[in-house]
Amino acid sequence: MLLNQFLLLSAVLFSIGVYGVIARRNGVAILMSIELILNAVNINLVAFSAWNNNLAGQVFALFVIAIAAAEVGVGLAIVLAIYRNRRSVDLDELDLMRG
Amino acid sequence: MTLAAAMPLPGADDPINVSQTVGFGVIAAIMVISALRVVTTRNVVHAAMWLVMVLAGAAAQYVLLAAEFVAVTQVMVYIGAVVVLFLFGVMLTRARLGTDADLTRKNWYGAAFVGVVMVALLAFSLVDTFEDAKVPEDRRTTLAPDLPADASDAEVEAALAQPNVGSNTAAVSDSLFSRYLVPFEVVSVMLTAALIGAIVIARKD
Repeated sequence: MLLNQFLLLSAVLFSIGVYGVIARRNGVAILMSIELILNAVNINLVAFSAWNNNLAGQVFALFVIAIAAAEVGVGLAIVLAIYRNRRSVDLDELDLMRG
Repeated sequence: MTLAAAMPLPGADDPINVSQTVGFGVIAAIMVISALRVVTTRNVVHAAMWLVMVLAGAAAQYVLLAAEFVAVTQVMVYIGAVVVLFLFGVMLTRARLGTDADLTRKNWYGAAFVGVVMVALLAFSLVDTFEDAKVPEDRRTTLAPDLPADASDAEVEAALAQPNVGSNTAAVSDSLFSRYLVPFEVVSVMLTAALIGAIVIARKD
């Protein structure tokens, strides 16, 4: 298998995730797009790990999974707090800090 | 001179494994279509279900790359926990279920332009850099076998000379609990901090 096929798949997933983060308005949908980005990074790490015959990539992918789980927990807690205060998770309406 | 010409790439003369490549293509197509549905569907619950397809496809790619422990962790943590968390988030933040017309911004084509430009740049640089480097056929990592404590030098040398002793899972656990022990402990402390932080943020008072 070519190394590039994994890297190109990861690049496509990453770009789709970036599109989702920019284009979505719902807070939960944006968190899902962030998960897409983190998964693209993980595929890259594991592919380079297999290519180099070096386990550091796999270990780092495990760390990324742990960090992503923590990120989703805190992110959804923030979205819940926003919903409780504003009765909406539309991030376009969150312009409290606009000057 | 390109980077690929400057440094020898491992596995450049390995043959292409057709069945693995076809399997990769099928899984990759499913993943890309599902990912597109995640960011375009109008129903948040459907988006979570398409996200499950992407995550399962990623786990399959890890198996293809002989990273079986990462694949199992992906299934347990992502599909088992993160998606359930997402569904709870959808349930707690939305009074009604069903389609939601304003899930996407009205000027989404700007974001689509950014995404297309990004994938084009990344594809160009990747193809230019890694040309036709191949992932080695034998993807198990060398691991020192269980040797008695009083093994002679010759025994150790002979054991280390054998390729691909043990499995990737054993090798991952060995390096996780020896070389990467400090980052591992830091991650566990961070998980505790994130848990407490999430409870504090989400509490009612």
